[in-house]
Amino acid sequence: MPHNTRPLGGPILTDSFRIVLFLSLTAFAIVLWRLIAGLGPTTALSDGYPWGIWIAFDVVTGTALACGGYAVAIMCYVLNKGQYHPLVRPAILTSALGYTIAGVSVVIDVGRYWLLYGVFMPWRWNMNSVLLEVALCITAYIFVLWIEFSPVFLHRLAASGTGRLADAARKISRFLDRGLVFILALGLLLPTMHQSSLGSLMLVAGNKLHGFWHTPWLPLLFLSSCMAMGYAIVAFESLLGSISFRRPAETKMLRSLAKVTIGLQLSFLALRFLDLGFSGKLSGFTFDKYGILLIIETLLFLAPIFILIRGRQPAGNARLFLAAVFLLFAGGLYRFDTYLIAFNPGSEWSYFPSISETLVTLGFVATEVAIYVALVKRFPVLTGPEANEPALSGA
Amino acid sequence: MKSGRRDFLKSAMAVTAAAVSVSPAKAIAAAQKHGETPGQKCVGMLFDATRCIGCMACMSACKKANGLPPEHSRKGKLYDDPMDLSATTQNIIKSTGGENPVFVKRQCMHCKKPACVSVCMLGALHKSEGGVVAYDADRCVGCRYCQIACAFNIPKFEWDKVAPKIVKCQLCSHRLVEGQEPACCDACPRDAVIFGHRNELKKEARRRIRENPDLYINHIYGENEAGGTLVMYLSSIPFTELGLPDLPDEPVPELSETVQHGIYKGFAAPVVLYGVLAGVLVRHRKKGAFRGEVDVAEEVDDAS
Repeated sequence: MPHNTRPLGGPILTDSFRIVLFLSLTAFAIVLWRLIAGLGPTTALSDGYPWGIWIAFDVVTGTALACGGYAVAIMCYVLNKGQYHPLVRPAILTSALGYTIAGVSVVIDVGRYWLLYGVFMPWRWNMNSVLLEVALCITAYIFVLWIEFSPVFLHRLAASGTGRLADAARKISRFLDRGLVFILALGLLLPTMHQSSLGSLMLVAGNKLHGFWHTPWLPLLFLSSCMAMGYAIVAFESLLGSISFRRPAETKMLRSLAKVTIGLQLSFLALRFLDLGFSGKLSGFTFDKYGILLIIETLLFLAPIFILIRGRQPAGNARLFLAAVFLLFAGGLYRFDTYLIAFNPGSEWSYFPSISETLVTLGFVATEVAIYVALVKRFPVLTGPEANEPALSGA
Repeated sequence: MKSGRRDFLKSAMAVTAAAVSVSPAKAIAAAQKHGETPGQKCVGMLFDATRCIGCMACMSACKKANGLPPEHSRKGKLYDDPMDLSATTQNIIKSTGGENPVFVKRQCMHCKKPACVSVCMLGALHKSEGGVVAYDADRCVGCRYCQIACAFNIPKFEWDKVAPKIVKCQLCSHRLVEGQEPACCDACPRDAVIFGHRNELKKEARRRIRENPDLYINHIYGENEAGGTLVMYLSSIPFTELGLPDLPDEPVPELSETVQHGIYKGFAAPVVLYGVLAGVLVRHRKKGAFRGEVDVAEEVDDAS
């Protein structure tokens, strides 16, 4: 089953690309300032809120948004649904970019980044540390994702001619062809581990995190919601891409993926409310900040379900897109609440991201978009229109 | 009575001095064991809020002993006016305010099962001899997970430095090695805070409560809170009014360690899961699914 992927072509340096590039450069300028001046002047972080949006968004939400590769891989490889194949490459690319950005964010967020090499010295490991596991898994997964994506580059090199580089590319791809199964399996294991562990991270903050969010089920809640977000981001990207690159949308495929997503959302909500009910926390419900946040989160999780099952007509592109957006906000808010908004170290502290922090986060997302756009225009990532039509009708 | 107390202080210091002088590396190795050994060898401090007069002698002694600069958090020319524990204040006296204020001394509690140690990726924060929670900057990446984890909000971060460290009380380990008490205990003119073996301090606390049952609340804060802390408190008013958090007896990191190790089963679970995944994938591949995932070789072969 060879891919019918092809570069989209067209100019890279468009006006919108220039804006994105400007945001990206701003972020890197601020990063430079942070490295020179330290975290104090550049961030709104404090001893009470030591983790801000670089962790809550770039890492915790960002990697969940980058779970498209994970979610599609489960579909394609574990459940052996080959028809989803056209979604794999773009999903792997966004995942690779998202995780790489998360990795960069961690490096600039930690205070003593030059000592990070210690993470790779097993004799120093503290096996009780959930963060250590997250750090190792995410690092490994970044490599796994780029290896999974590497055939795209290898193909270009191999096709480039007969040089030594082309020979090497051919050799590597033959090797990869045989070994890729084991890399793919790793690409399924690692997100299962660290996405659940991103939930476990906050288990230790029992007396600071509000009871609606602090539960022993945090790992499972984070895992199920990240999978749902993975499918949602695939739909979001595919539909957005079909509009901006004027390609036909993969509507049918997305529609059946949406069914899986609904299942995941429902299991997330069921687990969450069963836990809240049985632990007796729900009886303490009031319409305070936390109660309202819980309601908003729940509505955001429910909204996509209603959007998708409403009416007799199967969901079209607009509804699929709207459902995906709601779900991304649902999962995002759930993560923000767990890490920042429902986290209360004491009344003497507060946190709202500084302009610098926000610009860095924004600029990192812009960088991701810029690289994505440039790559799909020059490399075979997305399936071409001609090839896409028969594949769809055949599915 | 006084001489008796001094005696056990001396013996406590002798034990600690002998113990602390081992190399940091060995101390880290021994750390794991130490969490489990009963309080027998643990040192600690006992703070008696009924005795503290808020003179803050301990604060300046702490700064001097640990080479920390004075703070100027407000306008004016006060020599040292920290608002709270910070990167330059490891020990602070706070007041309940009002006409008859009660004073409380805050510093690292040196938990028996510290959350900061449990979460620290590379053992920068570790259990040292005597149960002291010590910090090794050479292993700290500055991730600040310890700040998230600590139920007492103790570890502070040098936000304004380019090479920031975590700052917190280390029970004057450097003084213990020389056979001296922690600077705060040494400086206290009222013996409101005393140093010694944790077990002896517990006995002393019980004795005080027994002899003055009307004065004290019949509870030693830190004896069991959060699994027990090396620093313990006596008070005449509820401990929450002193600003000490109301914590269950379960050690703070208990839940996270139980869940994490429960899921991972000593890393057996991920290995098994990987095996299953790889098995499924290999089978699907043999059946011809997702062939040509790396289509370079074939396509190039086709082309040539």
